[in-house]
Amino acid sequence: MAWDRNQMAARAAQELEDGMYVNLGIGIPTLVANYVGDKDITLQSENGMLGMGPFPFEGEEDPDLINAGKQTITELNRTAYFDSATSFGMIRGGKIAAAILGAMEVAENGDLANWMIPGKLVKGMGGAMDLVAGVGRVIVVMDHTNKAGESKVLRECTLPLTGKGVVDRIITNLGVLDVVEGGLKIVETAEGVTEEELRAATEATIVG
Amino acid sequence: MKKVYATASEALEGLLHDGMFIAAGGFGLCGIPELLIAAIRDAGTKDLTVASNNCGVDDFGLGILLQTRQIKKMISSYVGENAEFMRQYLSGELELEFNPQGTLAERMRAGGCGIPGFYTKTGVGTVIAEGKEVKTFDGEDYILERGIVADLSIVKAWKADDTGNLVFRKTARNFNPPAAMCGKVCVAEVEEIVPRGSLDPDMIHLPGIYVHRIVQGQHEKRIEQRTTRKKETA
Repeated sequence: MAWDRNQMAARAAQELEDGMYVNLGIGIPTLVANYVGDKDITLQSENGMLGMGPFPFEGEEDPDLINAGKQTITELNRTAYFDSATSFGMIRGGKIAAAILGAMEVAENGDLANWMIPGKLVKGMGGAMDLVAGVGRVIVVMDHTNKAGESKVLRECTLPLTGKGVVDRIITNLGVLDVVEGGLKIVETAEGVTEEELRAATEATIVG
Repeated sequence: MKKVYATASEALEGLLHDGMFIAAGGFGLCGIPELLIAAIRDAGTKDLTVASNNCGVDDFGLGILLQTRQIKKMISSYVGENAEFMRQYLSGELELEFNPQGTLAERMRAGGCGIPGFYTKTGVGTVIAEGKEVKTFDGEDYILERGIVADLSIVKAWKADDTGNLVFRKTARNFNPPAAMCGKVCVAEVEEIVPRGSLDPDMIHLPGIYVHRIVQGQHEKRIEQRTTRKKETA
């Protein structure tokens, strides 16, 4: 037993507090928006929007209104639009409280790799490097292991970094870990997962 | 001061030369100067260096200048969704300089504002920092990034008046203002040129000082990822 994608997203949503401005990455992080409940959260889309709404109804798509994943979306009654330089000004300037992002690898010192696999398809970092360098808190949501069953929570990242020492908290299908002095600290385990199982699936140093 | 031109090709007349550096607005296929891109294809200008967040898709946007091999180098943050781009890059035909998205936007903005360089935390400790000056401010490391000044900017706006004041629509604004600012010359294509005085001066997104030529035209405005939800039936 472990958390599925939706349970991981629901757990990540618990990290958000009323009044926060938040940036959600592509994939599981996008699902987090479904679990914020009554909390007053403003979603930023780094292509130039605060107050991102849900997907439009069929037939109401607007080519001038997309999110950072290039998907058609809608606006809300609180929405503001701005240019890319302003958008990354608020990111770099620390105005965005948190970013919830996917990852290929995370290391025990908070290093994050999520943009490039050398020799394979290289698509680019987009806004990920700016986000992890600038926002208040970086929360990674990802599967604990890769398709080969190898840990993605490592002593050191092997892939090119997106940011150095930037991750605060890791939420995986097996549990929640915080980056602390000397390694990672287990915050909780997923339903039906024991601490021994979480430790066994983790290459990184676990402290405490 | 005549800024309005009849066609995209006329608006570019005398501005294009081989080996030039172009900054283009747009994010994905949203808010891209599709008419000016087509006119550059028709002009056949080659060995272009293009600073743009993305490079279109295979058959639309800047992707059409890859098909014709007119681009020598791209400065971009994300080049997925484009098979021809990958092919030319992996075979060494195309140079690529990855810039983090916010760094690219700020490089354009800074270049347009007379700021030759700025320090940023973005990319510290990554391959992006290689070869760049690192400076410590208040105990934190920052890298030096250079402002961009392009030979030509091509942008797309929603409305313009004949003095070049621009208004953008929703997220189609994106890179267009910073791209416009960083060009020695800026050509803007718009959906509508409105009479002088009909734009609210308090609602101008980009003042006409940055815009040298304007052309009005029909835009395809292609959607890259059409995502919808179903209406709940009562």
